[in-house]
Amino acid sequence: MSTTTTPPVAAEPSTPIGKTADYLDQRTKIGVLTKQLVRKVFPDHWSFMLGEIALFSFVVLLISGVFLAMFFDPSMALTTHHGPPAIMDGQLMSVAFSSTLDMSFEVRGGLLMRQIHHWSALIFVAGIVVHMMRVFFTGAFRKPRELNWLVGTLLLILSLAAGFSGYSLPDDVLSGNGLRITDGVIKSIPIIGSYLSYFVFGGEFPGEHIIPRLFTVHILLVPALILALIGVHLFLMVLNKHTQYPGGGRTDKNVVGYPAVPAFATKMGGNFFIIFGVLALMGGTMAINNVWNYGPYDPSPVSAGAQPDWYMLFLEGSLRLMPGQAEIVTWGDFTLSLNILIPAVVIPGLLFTFLFVYPFVEAKVTGDHREHHVLDRPRNVPTRTGLGVAFLTAFVILALAGSNDLIATHFALSINTITWVFRILFFVGPVFAFWVTKRICLGLQRKDRELVLHGHETGRIVRFANGEYIEVHRPLDEQERWLRVNYEARRPLEVEPATDARGVKRKGYKKDKRWQKLSRFFYEDRVEPVTPAELAAAHAHGEHDELEPAHEAPALVSGSGTAEREH
Amino acid sequence: MKALAARRHHRLAPVVLLLLALLVTGGVYAALAPSPAQADTASTADIETGKKLFQANCATCHGPNAEGTTEAPSLVGVGAAAVDFQVSTGRMPMQMNGPQAEAKPRQMDEEQTAALAAYVASLGAGPAIPTDEQVDGSKGDPANGMALFRTNCAMCHNAVGAGGALSEGKFAPPLWDTSGRNVYQAMLTGPQSMPVFNDANITPDEKRDIIAFLDEQDQGSAGGLTLGSLGPVSEGLWAWIIGIGLIIGGAVWIGAKSS
Repeated sequence: MSTTTTPPVAAEPSTPIGKTADYLDQRTKIGVLTKQLVRKVFPDHWSFMLGEIALFSFVVLLISGVFLAMFFDPSMALTTHHGPPAIMDGQLMSVAFSSTLDMSFEVRGGLLMRQIHHWSALIFVAGIVVHMMRVFFTGAFRKPRELNWLVGTLLLILSLAAGFSGYSLPDDVLSGNGLRITDGVIKSIPIIGSYLSYFVFGGEFPGEHIIPRLFTVHILLVPALILALIGVHLFLMVLNKHTQYPGGGRTDKNVVGYPAVPAFATKMGGNFFIIFGVLALMGGTMAINNVWNYGPYDPSPVSAGAQPDWYMLFLEGSLRLMPGQAEIVTWGDFTLSLNILIPAVVIPGLLFTFLFVYPFVEAKVTGDHREHHVLDRPRNVPTRTGLGVAFLTAFVILALAGSNDLIATHFALSINTITWVFRILFFVGPVFAFWVTKRICLGLQRKDRELVLHGHETGRIVRFANGEYIEVHRPLDEQERWLRVNYEARRPLEVEPATDARGVKRKGYKKDKRWQKLSRFFYEDRVEPVTPAELAAAHAHGEHDELEPAHEAPALVSGSGTAEREH
Repeated sequence: MKALAARRHHRLAPVVLLLLALLVTGGVYAALAPSPAQADTASTADIETGKKLFQANCATCHGPNAEGTTEAPSLVGVGAAAVDFQVSTGRMPMQMNGPQAEAKPRQMDEEQTAALAAYVASLGAGPAIPTDEQVDGSKGDPANGMALFRTNCAMCHNAVGAGGALSEGKFAPPLWDTSGRNVYQAMLTGPQSMPVFNDANITPDEKRDIIAFLDEQDQGSAGGLTLGSLGPVSEGLWAWIIGIGLIIGGAVWIGAKSS
């Protein structure tokens, strides 16, 4: 009791900052939280900063977006534009388009802000994609982070929604074409399509409501959701602790890194200024979305090279690849527009479903319920890495197909041929990419084995007295070896037999069998890490590669029958 | 009159009447139809020179008298504008077969082109070469030109004339380096895949407005580098190369190990 009533005098703060901090602490107990956060340890690696690209470009988007919202008038009322640019002077257009022109040419710094905003949007989504790639290929989505993966995937979808709604606001020909496609996609949904289209556009396309509606979506709904989910995303990141790359002393039970303050906070701050700087540089020197080049929207014109921003390009490509014959007119003159429904709804649905379910499928086929805080090296999970590359291949092929006209003009090719090549590549490319990637991963794993067992080649050739030549190999140091042997070659699931001891059929056997099949697809081919026994045997035989038995036996284990051979 | 009345049921009477009607229609049309402007300055000597040039350089495909072959169309009635467009942009004489004749350094100089144009124009009436006044973009209205370009040209040539793809390897070329005269002639004669935009469709003044709009493009973009004016695809490409490239470079720099 006495200690609480008489606090030590030396703790009394004297500086203004100290006094403020003390004032706040006495009222909020903020000191406890701050102390924890300041001391929180984060692992250090450049690839852990990829998520910050998205975070910080979102900050830039908010700041520049507030500026733009001051001058933008989301109205589809018609007006005659007076003022620059010359090619738009005296033209009839919507107020939204006119205010975009005024904001670009009459507001000081307006064009710069518009361009920074648009470049930031492109970088925002690109940042999310590279961050997701890092998380996927290193297995950072595994328990306990599956939920955060879901939050991240939702953020990706929301970022597409933000980009799409913002892209449509200026009411220029290009964005109007995009809305027209959206309208077509909505109408392709069976039965409810046309009603839904009337609901979204408030009548027949384009109507007079879509721009104000998208404005609300773009500046209120989507950013609020993104902001909230970023909060959840970061909270879960702090709660789950950050993952770390494998290495000496790093386990699933610790975090090796630097405290948040000063080391990590400094790096984060520096990264913010670099990202802000790059975005400002791009906004200041590279023109983007010059809407006056496209002119005010009216539903009749479409210009050559009409494409959406890069993150929507896969949808455009999917539509461009789909043969038109898939449109079916059923009885009662009911049109089923499979030519739009499949490429614009089914294909993206499949792609996003893959993203959503992958962590759970992998956990199931691995039969793994442990927590993972040490990341995988991509080569050590060849099937996952292969699937990721296959996914990206499909995405890139679709995006290229969406640019088929530009590929045709820039490489002097026939657009018809390109389209056919992409139609075939869309099915063949991902399979091929999967196969090649998986083989490369297995090859790299075998190289790791080789290195661990025999050491580095030194290029020093020694001749023995009996005339034999050998090359001297330098053994790996501890850190190098740890990195290469400390992983787990996962095995296909074992299922319980179809019947129990009494010969009664077991329920769920067939389901188990199906999962096992998938599990075999994942883990049938694998390279086991070097065991201490193998290493000892290799060393017992000397420094060089005379180790015939150990050399032959392990390399690649294939087929579940031989899986037991190893241990 | 009696003789006429007696023969009006003759079985050849409809034929005679038809011939008479055709004669009258043709006569009236010849008298009232707008006479296409001819290169009046072309002298007989020019036409002779043109004919020789034609027979040496063009007759292989277009036939000795420009009547056309299975390889190439007849040039009777295409006019001086078509010849001037094709020859002054180097598209003709054609270098090789392909999806379309491509522009290349011109083979005929100014004088030879004029002689060829005079010769072809002498074969049959067709659109004449526009005057300098007609193709002077500074006298046009770029805003009106933009509106016309958007509805008539942009679907093939891109919104600001950067060019675009057509089917089977054909393409609409970029228009930024094309002279006003060639732009005008192309609209007038519809070379290759391009449709004809005659003076009833787009008036001479409107054609000049379109040239004025294209001239505006030479001034570049208010926002900085145009990135080829190709739209979101090139913007996305540069966002990844420059933006993500620099930022990841920065991240690697910051993350460069001190540990």
